[in-house]
Amino acid sequence: MSSTQPPSEPAAPARTLSGVLLWVLVAGTGAFALGGIALHRGETINSAWLLVAALCVYAIGYRFYSAFIAAKVLGIDPTRATPAERFNDGRDFVPTNKWVVFGHHFAAIAGPGPLVGPTLAAQFGYLPGTLWILIGAVLGGCVQDFVTLFFSTRRDGRSLGQMARDELGPIGGAAALIGVMMIMIILIAVLGLVVVNAMKHSPWATSTIAATIPIAVLVGLYMRNIRPGRVLEASLIGVTLLLFAVAGGGWLDHQETLRGFFDYDATHLAYWIIGYGFAAAVLPVWLLLAPRDYLSTFMKLGTIIALAIAILMLRPDIKMPAFTQFIDGSGPIFGGKLFPFVFITIACGAISGFHALIASGTTPKLISSERDMRMIGYGGMMMESFVAIMAMIAATVLDPGVFFAINSPAGAVGAEAIDAVAKISSWGFPVTVEQMQNLAQQMGEASLFARTGGAPSLAVGMANLLSSAFGAGLLAMWYHFAIMFEALFILTTLDAGTRVARFMLQDMLGNIYPPLGRTSWYPGVLLTSGIVVAAWGYFLYMGTIDPLGGINSLWPLFGISNQMLAAIALCVGTTILIKSGKARYAWVTAVPLLWLVIITSSAAWQKLFSPDLRIGFIAHANDLADKIAAGVLPPDKALQAPHLIFNDHLDALLAALFMLINWVMVFETIRISTRVLRGRTCPPLTESAHEPSRLVEDWVRD
Amino acid sequence: MQMMKLLRKLINAVRRLSGDDAYERYLQHFQAHHASEAEPLNRKTFFKLEQERKWNGIRRCC
Repeated sequence: MSSTQPPSEPAAPARTLSGVLLWVLVAGTGAFALGGIALHRGETINSAWLLVAALCVYAIGYRFYSAFIAAKVLGIDPTRATPAERFNDGRDFVPTNKWVVFGHHFAAIAGPGPLVGPTLAAQFGYLPGTLWILIGAVLGGCVQDFVTLFFSTRRDGRSLGQMARDELGPIGGAAALIGVMMIMIILIAVLGLVVVNAMKHSPWATSTIAATIPIAVLVGLYMRNIRPGRVLEASLIGVTLLLFAVAGGGWLDHQETLRGFFDYDATHLAYWIIGYGFAAAVLPVWLLLAPRDYLSTFMKLGTIIALAIAILMLRPDIKMPAFTQFIDGSGPIFGGKLFPFVFITIACGAISGFHALIASGTTPKLISSERDMRMIGYGGMMMESFVAIMAMIAATVLDPGVFFAINSPAGAVGAEAIDAVAKISSWGFPVTVEQMQNLAQQMGEASLFARTGGAPSLAVGMANLLSSAFGAGLLAMWYHFAIMFEALFILTTLDAGTRVARFMLQDMLGNIYPPLGRTSWYPGVLLTSGIVVAAWGYFLYMGTIDPLGGINSLWPLFGISNQMLAAIALCVGTTILIKSGKARYAWVTAVPLLWLVIITSSAAWQKLFSPDLRIGFIAHANDLADKIAAGVLPPDKALQAPHLIFNDHLDALLAALFMLINWVMVFETIRISTRVLRGRTCPPLTESAHEPSRLVEDWVRD
Repeated sequence: MQMMKLLRKLINAVRRLSGDDAYERYLQHFQAHHASEAEPLNRKTFFKLEQERKWNGIRRCC
C-alpha cells in the first residue's frame, strides 16, 4: 500500500528443480489423500488419511496462497517500521520475537470452540466437517486473521470496532460494536452449558472443577505476594495441584457422604456457574482470572501436544461413516440440514470472527516486522484448524452408537436407557445398554447417556487415545483429566469474556452517566457485571431446562454470531482493499465474505421460519402455545412452557438481529466501495504514514 | 556441552513465552531508555501494574 513497491515476500527464491518437485509431491500426496477420504467406502478408514490430507492442504495453502496474499494483495513491507518499533514503550508496544508472538497469539485464539464444534458436527459423518475445516481455514479463516492483523498493524494496532468506524463510518462502527457485545453473551452462555453438562450428576468432575478455583487463587497469591512474577514456578505448582485434584476427585467419588456434596443436577450447576461468573468478574484479576489463565494456557498447550503425539503414534481407525443419514436435517444432536448447518456448527477451526478481536488490538502491538505477520496471522489459524481436525478424529474414533448415545439429548431419543439404545440402534448405529454401562464404569461415571455439549464425548475419545498412547489403562483418570482440561479453559473464557463485555457496557453507559464509565467506581463495576452475568446467565439457565438439551438452540446461535463477526472483519478488510486501490484483489476477502453471508443468512432464516420444530424458533413457540391451549401438556411441562415460548421468541429476535447487523455491514461495504470506485468522497484511509524501520539494519533475528 | 547450551536455550524460550523473565526485560529496557529519568519499579509493583494492564482488553478467544 506504500507507493514504493516493497520487495516481494518471501524474497522470491530461485525456482530450483528439487523445489518444484517437492511441491508437486506435496500436492500429489494431498490430492491422493483427499481423494482416498472422499472415495473411501469401507467400514472404517484410518485417521492417517485425514492427517496427511490436512498437513498437505496446510502446507500448500501456506506456501502459495499466504505468500500470494502477503506479496500481492497486502504488500507486506519489511522495511516499514511497525507500531511496536515506533512506539516501543516497553509496555503495550514491544517488538517481540516472532515465535514468541506466535505462541501468544495461538494461545489467545485457541479456545474450546475448535474442540466442541467438530464434535457436534460429527453427526453428519466425518467428511463434511473435515472438508469444511480444511477449505474454510485455508481460504477463509486464515485469510481473515492475516488480513485483520495486517490492517490493524498498519493502523497502530487499532481494534476491529475502531477500524469499522474509521473506514466504514458510524453506522458500520455501531453495528460492529453491538455485534461484538452480543456474541460475547451467547458465547459465554453456550460454553457455560457445555461445562454444566459435563458436571451434572458427576461428583468426580464437579469436585475437580471446583478445586481449580482455590488452586488458581493460591497460584495468584503466590505470584503476587510470595514470589512476585515467578510465573513458571507458580504455574508448575498449580499444574501439579490440578493433577492431584483429578486424582482426589476419584477418591472423593467413592466416599458416600462426600460425593453427595458435589452431586447436582444441571439447573443447580447453572446457578453455581452464574454465581462464580459474577464473583470472577468483580474480584481483582490477579486473584482468580490471571492465574487461572496461566494454568489453562499451560494445560491447553500441553494437552494439545499430547493429543497430537497420541494421534500420530496410534493412527486410530475412524468408525463413523463418511456421511450419515442426518445430512437430511433429522440429526439428534442438533436439527438442521448439512447446508448450512455444518458451516455454522464448525465456526472456530474453519473461520472464527472472534479471532479478529485478537488479531486487531492485542497482537499487532507486539509485531516487530511486517514479515512476521504471515506466520502469525495465517499460520496461527492453521494451527487452530489442525486442533479442530484432531477433535474431529477424537470424536469419530468412537463407535458411532456410543457417540450418539452420549451426545443425544433425552428429548430426542428418550430419557430411559433402553429407549435410547433402541432408537439409536434403529438408525443403524448399534449400541447396547451394557456397552454404555461398561463405558461409564470405565470412565468413572454413573451414566454417559445424554451428556450433550460435546465435552464428555470428546473426553471419552481423548481418554481412549491418551491412555493407549501414554498410559497404563487409567481410563477414568484420563477421562476426568480431559474434562478438567476443557472446563479449565472454558471457565477462563467465561471470566475473560464477562470482563470484556463489562468494559464494553461501561464504555457505552459511560456516555449516559459518566461515573458508570469509570472502571474503578465499585458500584458501577457491580452493576455492569451484574447486567452482563444476568444476560448470559439467563440463556444458560434456559439451556438447562430446555427439553431439547439447550445446545440445539444455543450452539447454532453462537455459530451464526461468530460467523457474523467474521463477516464484519471481512467487510472491513474488503473495504480497505478497495479503498487502497487493490480492487482487483478484493476477491481474496470478498469471496469468503460472500460465502459467510450466504450461510449465516440461510441459517438465521431457517432458525426463524423453518416449520421443523427442532429448527424454527417461531414454529416451536407456536407449537407449545397450541399445546397449552389444547391442554395436552403434563402439569410440570405446562408450568415451564410459557418460559420456553418467551425464550424461543428471544432466540428468534437474536437470530434476526444477527442477520440485520450482517446485512447492514454488507450494505455499508457495498455503498462505500461503489463510492470509491466511482471516485466519490468517502471516509479516508486511516493507514499510518510510512516510516522506515531501523530494526531491519541492526536487528539480528534469533 | 552442546546439550547444556541447547537446554539453556530451551529454558530461556519457555521463560520468554510464559513471561517469567518480564521483569528482567523491563529492567533492560529501562536502563537502555529511561535510566536518567527515574528509578525503576520494584519487582512486585511491576507485576502488579503489568497484570492490570494486560487484562484491560480482549485476551482470550473461544
